[in-house]
Amino acid sequence: MEVNARVSAVKQWLDERLGLEPVREFLAHKTVPKHSSTIWYYFGGITLFLFGVQVATGMLLLLYYRPTSTEAYESVQFIVAEVQFGWLIRSVHSWSANLMMLTAFIHMFSVVLLHAYRRPREVTWLSGIALLGLTMAFGFSGYLLPWNTTSFFATRIGTDVAASMPFIGEALARFLRGGDDIGGATLTRFFGFHVAILPGITTVLILVHLALVQRHGISTPPSVERQHYGAAAKVPQLPFIPNFLVRELMAWYGTLGVLGCLAALFPWELGDKADPFAPAPAGIRPEWYFLAPFYTLKLIPSHVWGIEGQVLGLLGFGLLAAWWVTLPFWAAARDGALRVRLVTGAGVALIAYLATFSFLGYTR
Amino acid sequence: MKTIMVASWLAMLMSICLAAKDSCVTCHQGLEGVQSDPVRKFTNDIHHRHGFSCADCHGGDPQRDDADAAMSPARGFRGKIPRTAVPQLCARCHSDASLMHKYNPRQRVDQLAQYLTSNHGKRLTAGDTAVANCVDCHGVHDIRTTKDPLSPVHPLRLPETCARCHSDAARMEKYKLSPTVLADYQTSVHWRALADRGDLSAPSCASCHGNHGAAPPHVGEVAAVCGTCHVMMEDLYRGSPHKPIFDDMGVAGCVACHENHAVMHPTPELLNSESGICANCHDAESAGGKTAAGMAKLIGELSSQIDRSKAILDRARRSGMEVSPALLRQTEAQEQLVKARVAVHAFRVDAVGAPVQEGLAITRETYTAGLSALEELDRRRTGLLFSLVAIGLTILGLWLWIRNFERKKRSLTAPVTSSGSGDPLGG
Repeated sequence: MEVNARVSAVKQWLDERLGLEPVREFLAHKTVPKHSSTIWYYFGGITLFLFGVQVATGMLLLLYYRPTSTEAYESVQFIVAEVQFGWLIRSVHSWSANLMMLTAFIHMFSVVLLHAYRRPREVTWLSGIALLGLTMAFGFSGYLLPWNTTSFFATRIGTDVAASMPFIGEALARFLRGGDDIGGATLTRFFGFHVAILPGITTVLILVHLALVQRHGISTPPSVERQHYGAAAKVPQLPFIPNFLVRELMAWYGTLGVLGCLAALFPWELGDKADPFAPAPAGIRPEWYFLAPFYTLKLIPSHVWGIEGQVLGLLGFGLLAAWWVTLPFWAAARDGALRVRLVTGAGVALIAYLATFSFLGYTR
Repeated sequence: MKTIMVASWLAMLMSICLAAKDSCVTCHQGLEGVQSDPVRKFTNDIHHRHGFSCADCHGGDPQRDDADAAMSPARGFRGKIPRTAVPQLCARCHSDASLMHKYNPRQRVDQLAQYLTSNHGKRLTAGDTAVANCVDCHGVHDIRTTKDPLSPVHPLRLPETCARCHSDAARMEKYKLSPTVLADYQTSVHWRALADRGDLSAPSCASCHGNHGAAPPHVGEVAAVCGTCHVMMEDLYRGSPHKPIFDDMGVAGCVACHENHAVMHPTPELLNSESGICANCHDAESAGGKTAAGMAKLIGELSSQIDRSKAILDRARRSGMEVSPALLRQTEAQEQLVKARVAVHAFRVDAVGAPVQEGLAITRETYTAGLSALEELDRRRTGLLFSLVAIGLTILGLWLWIRNFERKKRSLTAPVTSSGSGDPLGG
């Protein structure tokens, strides 16, 4: 009784100063739709958890990492070989980045296939897509930082692709590299993007994304809505606190276990130090999440209808990206009816394309 | 004035036409078989690229259309060059330093002088036309620079070129030479370096026998020949007790242990006091036999310690452990092994012992590093196991708590409406 009285006193003290009562009230009444696909709702939270892991491990790595072409590799080697638990921090950071990319993709496709992008959640969708792009930028910029052979040449390929974009390609590649080729200036620049610019923008966008999710609530799939349309019983709801939150915590713990297993059993390799004057090793390829476009560009002939193949490919990807980003706007017909089959078909086709071309890009 | 200009243009045009005219090519390219071969091949010839024509070697007058006039002896036509005259014919230009300077300032001009000192040259001078002259090695009408991979004297093709004669048993019988030299050479470390690794600096025939002055090195010269590459071995051998003994015996130093053409990769087995090469002269119980056994034991020990250390480091690396500093240190032990193998040529146990001891100290260090890495790996796995148990228990605790919470809530708010099927995933 004594303890409860003290807790109430602290609550009251905080309420007076921070005005937390409306927040508590909001959370107490917040619910999540409960149906056979509820499991997909956890992936957004898992992605957020992995972002937190990235921030925490990234800050620890910053204590020892030195972003110059002469010291970067050696500093990572020092972290892995000499620093207490340095190997774990570095390996968790690398694995977590990849898992975060995977869960972000799963989250995006679950939003598409459960049709959670519908009015009034268009801006939520746009902020999510922007976050996915930022996650990819994190991956691209972070990949170079250990300054090993694979990262060096993969970044060269990546910036070469950027250079072949029409009109802005050369300027963009030069901006990314900080010169004509990958070098110390590129490393410093990528480090700046990775630890300052991208985290800043991402944090703001995550807050916007989360605020919009709270504002509009969790979407119920149209099929579930149809089942309960006109029925006496409404769509069952799961209280957010504690029912959903505890389950989300369980998922986070599970993710932590998977991360621990990957980091301890398959430590992320450091490889050999980058040698800008050495020839590119055979079979060099970018990270798995860039494999599908990379392999597609490889398949396109050098010239198609007089246009350079790579330029045509990039234009195609640009159109595909624009079409995907604007999904909520073409998903609804003029009469407001949802084009369920079209969107589901597009989602499944995109998953099939990414899976097939990533596999082919990895194996060939 | 205009007339003079037109006349001078015409004169220039005529001179260009005359200079370009070559009746040898015009006629021979219309012939068939061997008669047209020279014309066809000559387009790839280095001499053709530098503006030389058929007449520069064969004489005659290529400006004449009439075959008899063009190939008239009165106009210097020599026809097919006799084999004995080939070296002197080539030397007309190739021994002329000022002429050769125009085409390649670094080109040597002593080929004829060298050739005349070679066994080939001596025999040709004595009238033996079966021996090799310039064209047998360099080709004729399609002569290429030695750097051209299609040249028969390019380093990669030279052994087969020499073998065209030296693997011909019937031809070699006359000179009492072994026709198996190419087959022997192709079992050697030198051939593997040349053919497998593509190392153009690896020794082939000319590296040891010379090219234009080709001759087998004499017994006393062999160490010097091998020493052009194996400098330290030669130095140690010259200071060793074997040198005066082999000289007295008339045995070629290096060849006595390593063979000449079939030079094998040396292994510690070579020093085995019972089955190794040393056993040919030294009993196992003799001082020489004991020295050989001592050196073999030391080298074998360092070699096995390097293998042991390498195995554990490889295991650690494959398991994802960062052992690159130890792997780098391991290369220093490998260097000590190389030094110990070189020191064998002093034929003293203490000379081999010094690098071996240094190498063993390094392998102890690297082996310990590998062992520590594997122990660390075990600690990590144990740590992972404890962490997974802790995570599993936490998840279980949360699941039990939420199940209990939902049960209580259901019992309070019957009939069941929304939450609480008891399924932790909310299904």
